[in-house]
Amino acid sequence: MSDSATAPKRRLPQINPVWVLLTVLVVAIIFMNPRFIEPTGYMNFLKRAAPLAILAAGQVYVITSGGFDLSVGSLITLVVVGSSMLTNNDPTATYWVIPLMLAMGLGVGAVNGLVVCFLRVPSLIATLGMMITLNGLAFLWSGGAPRGYLPDTFRFFGRELIRDVPLVRFIPVSVIVLVVVVGLLAWLMHRTNLGRQVHAIGDNPVAARLAGVAVNRVRITAFMLSGLSAAIAGILLGGFAGVSTDVGSGYELQAITAAVLGGAQLLGGRGSVPAALGGALALTAIFTLLNFLGLPQPVRQVVQGLILIAAVAFAMHRRRQTGT
Amino acid sequence: MSIAEDTPRRKAGFRFERWAPLILLGGALAIYVVVALVTGQAQYLTFDNLIAILGRSIALGITAIGQTFVILVASIDLSVASLISATAVLASVVMDGSPAMILPAILAAIALGGLVGLTNGLVVSGLKVNPLIATLGMSLIIQGCLSAFVSNFAGEVPAAFQMFAYGELGPFPVALLFLGLLAVMAWAVLRFTKFGSDIYAVGGNEEAARFAGIKTGRVVILSHVICSICASIAGLYLASRLRSGAPWIGSDGVYDLESIAVVVIGGTVLAGGRGGVWGTMAGMLIFSLIDSVFNIAGVDSFAKQVLRGIIIVAAVAFYAIRSKRIVA
Repeated sequence: MSDSATAPKRRLPQINPVWVLLTVLVVAIIFMNPRFIEPTGYMNFLKRAAPLAILAAGQVYVITSGGFDLSVGSLITLVVVGSSMLTNNDPTATYWVIPLMLAMGLGVGAVNGLVVCFLRVPSLIATLGMMITLNGLAFLWSGGAPRGYLPDTFRFFGRELIRDVPLVRFIPVSVIVLVVVVGLLAWLMHRTNLGRQVHAIGDNPVAARLAGVAVNRVRITAFMLSGLSAAIAGILLGGFAGVSTDVGSGYELQAITAAVLGGAQLLGGRGSVPAALGGALALTAIFTLLNFLGLPQPVRQVVQGLILIAAVAFAMHRRRQTGT
Repeated sequence: MSIAEDTPRRKAGFRFERWAPLILLGGALAIYVVVALVTGQAQYLTFDNLIAILGRSIALGITAIGQTFVILVASIDLSVASLISATAVLASVVMDGSPAMILPAILAAIALGGLVGLTNGLVVSGLKVNPLIATLGMSLIIQGCLSAFVSNFAGEVPAAFQMFAYGELGPFPVALLFLGLLAVMAWAVLRFTKFGSDIYAVGGNEEAARFAGIKTGRVVILSHVICSICASIAGLYLASRLRSGAPWIGSDGVYDLESIAVVVIGGTVLAGGRGGVWGTMAGMLIFSLIDSVFNIAGVDSFAKQVLRGIIIVAAVAFYAIRSKRIVA
């Protein structure tokens, strides 16, 4: 169940390869652009990576429990579009819109979980249906042409910086959100019973049920956490990306890629929140690097595809070698 | 469809799994007729109109037949949409309006499909990469390569090749007959050949199939090749229909996810080993009937999307709710 246990012969040191990859990428970025070691460089990098990292941390729960959540990208879109419709340029509206959006994230996750658990629809199809539905809702809500801006109070989380901090000069608010959310999710996954139960039902649902795990409740919780993380990511993205009906598209796949880069095992049983954070940072670092190299968008796609396949192939190879 | 049913549970009598696609299809047809009558548009109930409804989903049908093969071996193919775009562009660029180049273009498209399918199959069965990830990566690679070279309609399809999409044989469009023929061939392969029964065996339980002496890797690879070739045929059809190829026609049609939805609505189980081509055809009919219902009823296009998502989930729940297993 856990990464470190029961490896009969250890060829490689027990360090998650994603950290090696991240280090190599960061060194490469610094080599290309020495100003990256200044706070402006790496803080902006972290700020850009924050939504994906939060999303990946939520996705890890669903993947570890043995499912997929494809609905997060469209949920982000719905959160951004919905917030812009609800706030209606009224700065004070932020204080009830944000809790409402978080509740919506939890609600969407709960529906996903209920459909998977009680209608017994495979999560791939259930969340795919949810993705199509939410995209339609976002269009329906905004009439196809969402209004162009959110009030500054709403954009605070995604855009503002806290200045005059010792050592680093400034910290973006989104980085603080990132640390808090990922920290909480990591604690929940690796230090509580819920996390152990998520691992158990992903590994062997029947065994987990026989051992007394409330399988349905844990799975629904996993989907709700994923939905909540998508809502938070949406609030951050609304802050610095602006309003459109495709802000979230593609994020579901990037989140899964990040989780997989972090060693999460598809179809369940293995997954780590800090490693998913590493995966998200590595993925963002790759995109940053390709940007520096001046490579166009299509190349980015090809590289993402190759990395995705290579990461899983490497993980499978490693697992066969260690025999776990 | 009947080789590897879950026999131990109910041997004789009414088998729900077998008839469920037909029940759903009957339901969709009934809704279609009722909506047409209620809105007073009986002109939609003619034979010609029924043919027209079918004609709109031929590309989806061809793709879904291929997708049936990979889902039966408990794999999945998300690369079909970008492959459709790639083959459509490739074919129309190679033809470039000259009738003499039709055959080379078709061969090139099918070769590309075969190559992609072979790669998918090797990565899935050789490197043991989860098929979802393997084909998703492949999809990104194809789409990236494609949009690096073309950004708009490229090439031109000669009039002779447009016969594929627009020609008619008696009352039936050529493409519809082709789809029917393809379905019959797929059914025959699954029903009567050793390869067909190997597919069900591997999909049902890969390890057991290997112990029984089946070369499971080969079966998985061949299924992926079939799936990709079907997708490239769908690309050829779309090139012929649009008279040219563009790098977005596959992703615009969402052929990857829709073909999977069609297969699953047709009663093929995502976990593999159960289902068949006729269910997929029923799924395709259900999809196009629902679309027509929306059109007749004048549903707003955004609301249509919302309903569509709900219907996909509901249709799958219709089968799945009876299963006792914990699903992934």
